[in-house]
Amino acid sequence: MIPLTYMMSLSAIIFAIGVAGVIIRRNVLVMFMSIELMLNAVNLAFIALGSRLGSMDGQVIVFFVMTVAAAESAVGLGIIISVFRNRETVHADELNLMRW
Amino acid sequence: MTVEFPALALILLFPALGVVFSLFFGRRFGRGAVNLVGPGVMFAAFGVATWAFMKLLGMPSGSALAVQMWGWIEAGQFHVEFGLRVDALSGVMVMIVTGVGALIHLYSVGYMAHDEDYARFFTYMNLFALSMLILILADNLLMMFVGWEGVGLCSYLLISFWYTNPQFAYNGRKAFVVNRIGDAGFLLAMFTIVAALGAHGVWTLDFVQLRANAALIGAGTATAIGILLFIGATGKSAQLPLYVWLPDAMVGPTPVSALIHAATMVTAGVYMIARLGFLFAMAPGALDLVATAGAVTALFAATIALVQPDIKKVLAYSTISQLGYMFLGVGSGAFASGIFHVMTHAFFKGLLFLCAGSVIHALGGEQDMTKMGGLRRKLPITFLTMLIATLAIAALPPFSGFFSKDLILEAAYESGHFWLWILGVITAGLTSFYMFRLIFMTFFGESRVDADKEHHIHEAPAVMTIPLIALAILATVGGWVGLPDGWLWGNAFVRFLAPAVGTFTPAVEGNAGVLSVVALVVSGAGIALAYFFYIRLPGIPMLLAWRLKEPFNLLLNKYYIDELYNLVVTRPLFWVSDRVLNRAIDTYVIDGAANGAGETVQSSAQVVRRAETGNVEHYVFVYVLGALGVVAYYLYLVAHR
Amino acid sequence: MPPFLYLFLGALAIVSALGVVVQRNPIHCLLSLISTLMVIAILFIGEDAVVVGFLQIIVYAGAIMVLFLFVIWLLNLQTESGPTGHIVLKTLGSLAAAALAAELSLFLAAPHLQVKMIQEPAGYGSLESLAGKLFTDYLVAFEVTSVLLLAAVVGAVALARRMPNAAGEGASDPRAAGAIRAAQASSRVQG
Repeated sequence: MIPLTYMMSLSAIIFAIGVAGVIIRRNVLVMFMSIELMLNAVNLAFIALGSRLGSMDGQVIVFFVMTVAAAESAVGLGIIISVFRNRETVHADELNLMRW
Repeated sequence: MTVEFPALALILLFPALGVVFSLFFGRRFGRGAVNLVGPGVMFAAFGVATWAFMKLLGMPSGSALAVQMWGWIEAGQFHVEFGLRVDALSGVMVMIVTGVGALIHLYSVGYMAHDEDYARFFTYMNLFALSMLILILADNLLMMFVGWEGVGLCSYLLISFWYTNPQFAYNGRKAFVVNRIGDAGFLLAMFTIVAALGAHGVWTLDFVQLRANAALIGAGTATAIGILLFIGATGKSAQLPLYVWLPDAMVGPTPVSALIHAATMVTAGVYMIARLGFLFAMAPGALDLVATAGAVTALFAATIALVQPDIKKVLAYSTISQLGYMFLGVGSGAFASGIFHVMTHAFFKGLLFLCAGSVIHALGGEQDMTKMGGLRRKLPITFLTMLIATLAIAALPPFSGFFSKDLILEAAYESGHFWLWILGVITAGLTSFYMFRLIFMTFFGESRVDADKEHHIHEAPAVMTIPLIALAILATVGGWVGLPDGWLWGNAFVRFLAPAVGTFTPAVEGNAGVLSVVALVVSGAGIALAYFFYIRLPGIPMLLAWRLKEPFNLLLNKYYIDELYNLVVTRPLFWVSDRVLNRAIDTYVIDGAANGAGETVQSSAQVVRRAETGNVEHYVFVYVLGALGVVAYYLYLVAHR
Repeated sequence: MPPFLYLFLGALAIVSALGVVVQRNPIHCLLSLISTLMVIAILFIGEDAVVVGFLQIIVYAGAIMVLFLFVIWLLNLQTESGPTGHIVLKTLGSLAAAALAAELSLFLAAPHLQVKMIQEPAGYGSLESLAGKLFTDYLVAFEVTSVLLLAAVVGAVALARRMPNAAGEGASDPRAAGAIRAAQASSRVQG
């Protein structure tokens, strides 16, 4: 088996790349994709741990995470479409109504 | 022995019903109903009081009728109940209050016949009667204080009855505030009693228990309590230095002056001292203070009364002076003599005020005696009854005032207060003078009445003259219950009161006969002088006033005491209240703190709100920083396992 | 799994992830994301989580990414133009992310987190064992998740529904109107 450390580091790196994506990119859609990256990184960690502990719990959790991610993407993309209809933009800087 | 007598509660219930009726239904049922209920409940209370008194007379000496109505304060071992007690002292007082009170209520029906506010008047009058009766019938000091405060309130309400006049409202306030100062003394005295007895494990303010445990209070504490109680009495009974409200209280309707400021409320102080006589007996210093203050006040007020032109003001100062006599009496240790004078004073002073009211009523509101004169033919009943009252106050036998004032002067002499006795005798002379001055100026001589008022001078209606006649009879025979020793049945009054207030033991032997004669001679001299000044040579008063301008003005302006108080007390207080408390503390400190708290929140919010950029990336960045911090902390924990 | 295979797959995953974050054209970002998901699915299978791995491909890469693609087409997103501002934020953000990666690695690599290897039971990762867990220990969560999906469906439909405008043209042809408006907006879109 691959040492756990490598799996976890890979998971951490992909997670960090996702975070960077959210901070750096201005396009809302790409930000969304970065969030999906983060979710997948976490899934990887769960699976790795699960197989080393010999427990199916890890896979079950990943199952649920995937379900929730699907639901969240659907709703989130619906929101993005609505926002686009109103604002004619997907640039994050122009979507700052909650500003002080 | 003490007997349960639940009917005592009726004495309070009737006036209470009167209050409720006049307050809520007075306007609806009209003047006739209120005129019936107002005096009616007083007569009913008098009926019950008479019944109780008759019962008491039939019981052995030293008995009492009592009833416990309900418990009020239960604080650990300290209990205060709402209970009534009629013993010799309160029995006499309740007869006076309900009897004279009923007559004055009846009189008011006629006096207030043209006033629109009849319902409010009788509400307040009944409320006053209720409070006064609570004061008298209370079986403990705290309940007495409730009545004490109640009569103070009603005094305020009734003095400023015609409140649309700002001066009247001011006078009412003044009476209440000055009273309050005295009440502070009363309260402090109560606290001291509770504390002093409490130190020995006795927690009570009940009169019977106080008397039983009085020995536990040391002489010093007793003196302090006595002085504090006397301060309370000064406020309520208008002695020096807290008398200033009584002359100004004359702006109220005359029945009010008669009832409250002559017959009943002002005597509450005397009653209170007599009630707690056993306490004062342990504090000779306090008693001396009481006697001295009483005598000095009596003389002081009499001098002012000499030159006053307003008929009610003369009577007001006369009341202060006579109250001084009562305090002289109780201060000499002869508590029964003070109460005796309370009774006779209620009769003749109440009568004097009612007659004055009759004169004022006849003259359409005129109160200045320089605008009266020659009224004795036009107002015969008023004249006759007022003359009887004046003879009583001048202490001429066989009228009631003679017996009571004589008893007081005798007590003053025999308790060793020689100089106070001298003051009392001089005051007696002055009393006769200014009272007969009043009679002569009002009823004799040429008529100086304004032409427009001359026409409708008429004698008062029966509803007013009947109380006058009744009180005149009482003023005549009222003193016959306290005849000097050796005459017929002797001093039945003092004997009757002895179990409640104790007996007077003379310190100096005095010949009662000689003392009486001296007093009589001085009184007679006063009358003669008044006759001389106002009938024979009417020009003399004006001549004297012009020649002795300074003293005359001093007396006329009541020694400028009101102005003095204003300068020394009122203005500084107002200044502190406005400048210090209002502007400095209220505006800067309190408002500053309250507004400051709001300001602080607002300005900090102005700073913090800049973090809400509306940009998601910024939020996530901060998130990440936070996550970095948390993980770093865990790393630290791990490293230092 | 032989180490070199793992290294290759790991490097591929990282490169694809970077591709998601760095590229200008949203379609290219999407393609990078799909490749990352595929690599992760292979890693899942390598860890004996066979069912979940295939589910990843079918659900994630197959359905969700297609959804993303449709949205990109619907909004007609173009390639982003040149570098926009916020240099400071971007630099700091990158640094923070890198620090996060380092920290997490350190933390997760710590000795106390090293688990004792337990032998995988027979049938690990099979459909039977997964279903067995789902329908026994995690039954409540399973049911709740179905409700969640229902809520998501309703929400998505409600959000994307085109409100009829004054002329009523919107109700008749949502796609055409959306496309027209998207075309009008395309010049303004910076993407």
